[in-house]
Amino acid sequence: MNLAAIIENQTEIPEAVLFFILSPIMVLSALGMLLVKKAVHSALLLAVIMIGLAIFYIANQASFLGIVQIVVYTGAVMMLFLFILMLVGVDSSDSLEETIRGQRIGAILGSLGVGFLLISLLSRADLGRPYSGLDLVNVEGNVQAIANTLFTRYVWAFEVISALLITAALGAMVLAHRERLLPRKSQRELAAERVRQNVVPVAGLPGPGTYAQHNAVDIPALLPDGTPADLSVSKVIAARGELANPSTFRMNEKKEEGQE
Amino acid sequence: MSLDYYLYLSALLFTIGAAGVLIRRNAIVVFMCIELMLNASNLAFVTFARMNGSIDGQIFAFFTMVVAACEVVVGLAIIVTIYRSRRSASVDDARLLKL
Repeated sequence: MNLAAIIENQTEIPEAVLFFILSPIMVLSALGMLLVKKAVHSALLLAVIMIGLAIFYIANQASFLGIVQIVVYTGAVMMLFLFILMLVGVDSSDSLEETIRGQRIGAILGSLGVGFLLISLLSRADLGRPYSGLDLVNVEGNVQAIANTLFTRYVWAFEVISALLITAALGAMVLAHRERLLPRKSQRELAAERVRQNVVPVAGLPGPGTYAQHNAVDIPALLPDGTPADLSVSKVIAARGELANPSTFRMNEKKEEGQE
Repeated sequence: MSLDYYLYLSALLFTIGAAGVLIRRNAIVVFMCIELMLNASNLAFVTFARMNGSIDGQIFAFFTMVVAACEVVVGLAIIVTIYRSRRSASVDDARLLKL
């Protein structure tokens, strides 16, 4: 059975079911992409749309494009987007203030207008002949059909595209290249600087206190004069208020009496 | 279901993408919306190819994909460069021709 057959300009029922399940998901994801605040969420919603489009390509007898869509878009391009998001800062959310007054409402109205225009145009347009489907073209297989056309009629465009790809790769390298203003510091210079500045203790921070009755990370060590050293415990524990007091482990008076 | 429905979906996605380009401030999200518009046009190309019974629409969609990949690479490099000099990926902060 040919699932992609078109009978009197209508598709088969399975394809209609696929369309009516998948297209609301895609439209909702697209709207969500517009509305969510974090860029990472937008990227994930865009990935949903891309996968949906790939399924629609395959349903539209373009299996090669469907696979390329998944490999190139959901694979490479979305990964690139996520990498750049990690580089630029994941929680860089949008500011909500308008720089141009009335721009947001204008943008919404304008795009609604464009949408209505496109859809009304499409609903009036007519091909003038019944939809034929790609069964005859895809007899040898979709990849073969694309290759036959791509390497004969469009071979010049194909060659030009390769020049574009090389230029884009080169352009990205030039743009992302950073000139080093100061020479790179060696390990030796870094060590000398650390000793000279002495902001961080060179020998490392003191460890927590170790006592006869108790040793744990929540007890500060004692300095030679008997005061607790704040640096010897983690700031997190101190902020939570879970520090134990070292004075509770002090030698009690009984022993001192015994000495007398 | 008529094949036209694919075209309506494509028009809807294109419109949502255009609205996103106009509304959002984060340069990366604006870029993703441009990708959405390119993909919506690809869906229309593929549907037209099926309607007409000719493979050329799929070839156009293929070329669109290649150009979109180039555009993403260069555009993201530009965003990274802007971010390095201004510490911000908002399109509103990049309004001066030089720093």
